[in-house]
Amino acid sequence: MKSTGRTTVVASVLLVTCLAGSVIFLRRVDQMRTTAALDDVLYISSPKLLKRLSLGYDGLMADIYWTRAVQYFGTRHQAQAKSFNALAPLLDITTTLDPKLLVAYQFGANFLSPNPPYGAAMPKEAIALVERGIQANPDAWKLYYELGFIYYIELKDYLRAADAFERGSHVPGAHPFMKILAANMAQHAGDRQMARAVWRTTYDTSQDKYIRGNAVAHLRALQVEEDVTRIQDAVTAFGKRTGELPPSMMALAKAGLLPGIPIDLDGHPYKLTAEGRVELAEPDQFPFVTKGLPPGYKAPPAKDLTQMAK
Amino acid sequence: MNARIGYIATNTFREAVRDRVLYNLIAFVLLLSGAAIFVGQISIEIEKLVVINLGLTAVSLFGVVIAIFIGIGLVSKEIEKRTLYTVLSRPVRRWEFIVGKFFGLAGTLVVNAFLMAIGVFAALLYVAHKFVASDAQILVAVYFIVLQFVIICALALLFSSFSSPLLSAVFTFALFVIGNFAEDLRGFAGMTHGLTRWLATGAAYLVPNLSALNVITQVAHGEPVPPQLIVNNTLYALTYAAMAICGAVLIFDRRNLK
Repeated sequence: MKSTGRTTVVASVLLVTCLAGSVIFLRRVDQMRTTAALDDVLYISSPKLLKRLSLGYDGLMADIYWTRAVQYFGTRHQAQAKSFNALAPLLDITTTLDPKLLVAYQFGANFLSPNPPYGAAMPKEAIALVERGIQANPDAWKLYYELGFIYYIELKDYLRAADAFERGSHVPGAHPFMKILAANMAQHAGDRQMARAVWRTTYDTSQDKYIRGNAVAHLRALQVEEDVTRIQDAVTAFGKRTGELPPSMMALAKAGLLPGIPIDLDGHPYKLTAEGRVELAEPDQFPFVTKGLPPGYKAPPAKDLTQMAK
Repeated sequence: MNARIGYIATNTFREAVRDRVLYNLIAFVLLLSGAAIFVGQISIEIEKLVVINLGLTAVSLFGVVIAIFIGIGLVSKEIEKRTLYTVLSRPVRRWEFIVGKFFGLAGTLVVNAFLMAIGVFAALLYVAHKFVASDAQILVAVYFIVLQFVIICALALLFSSFSSPLLSAVFTFALFVIGNFAEDLRGFAGMTHGLTRWLATGAAYLVPNLSALNVITQVAHGEPVPPQLIVNNTLYALTYAAMAICGAVLIFDRRNLK
């Protein structure tokens, strides 16, 4: 083999080997570093300074920061993180750079307000974000809906929720349900039907898989809680009538207290324990449920809610 | 237009389109427009926004780079290759040479912007599957970007008429950056008093106001651009560029080329 040919072969083999080696070592480095330390760093935290530095290309910069906020939340959510320290500043920067970016207010509030692992447990920051959004976009009725939603679902502040729905109902083009929500909030705020209506509106007014999946999961949870309450009432009634606990669901059906063997939304029959407690057969399939769970039940890692949107 | 200016402009255009760097930059912009499709997919509900914002920002920034790097060499290259002496030994006046060079470069930039805008629209069609009426506003943003190019290439030509290519590039880029802060500069002038106010106001009007020519974010949200703004921005860009070209002619006319 000629000298130049040998050099080519040796250099090529070395190049491929070194490339493979560098990939292996970099992967090891990645494993050693904590992602939290990297994720929480905001080199420039001042939104105004960033706006100046963007040289007028603030729209693109806002898109970049919004993508970063989404990726940050997604990564922390997947990792079952308890803290989302950089989320609110990232959203603040995004919306300062582009105050018209409605998705950042809507989704940002959805990321901020729920409890971990489904959110950052920062409802006050979520409210501040949406209020800023309303100031910059007074014609966006969905932001009023978002505000009322946080007050209603997260803070149980029904008066403020009613006020937000009322304000939003006056915006031209607002969903007709805003008026109904505003009117019913005062009287039926604590009702399960009210909660169902709010989640149903969330599902109907969003095209996003995450938001719709979240709404479906909550609607399913509400249904389960209603079922469990109804069956538990039947168990109590059976006890009062016979002086003993029902041996099975069939016994409740035969006693005329239930129309048949009750099943959950996935078609699994509800379980009746020896202590007379009604439980879900597959609790892992029902995130956000607070009733019908076995004693000491520990929820599995956060479900991918986008799968539930269908 | 004077026939001699037309010949110089045509030759400048031909020379510019032969430059491979130009094609690389255009290819890079088209690549970025394509990449915007994927950037949008890792975010939520901003696919179209990213395509418009990233696409138009790339058109604007790379166009400015092209304007600076071709503009700064327009005069110095001719001196370096000694072709300027051949041109000026013919019945061509110095001001005709400068104006011809400007039109040649401006023409190159208009064609570039057109090609790059096609890439942005193609990416947009891929993401949105159809065009809507508000997408026509993107054309206004592209037009404003072209006006920015006209100003930048006039400035590059002005600096290249008396300075070295490196310094011309630095001066032009610095003015591009300052031009994006022109409104802040005017705001600062408004807060001062006396002589400082006069000086700051003068400086604010002397530097190009490029921020008024940036409506990318606005059109990305489908907001209309007022027709009056289009007229005023056109008049502003043309008068400012004409002013810079006059400066270049005045300097080049007196320059000792021996």
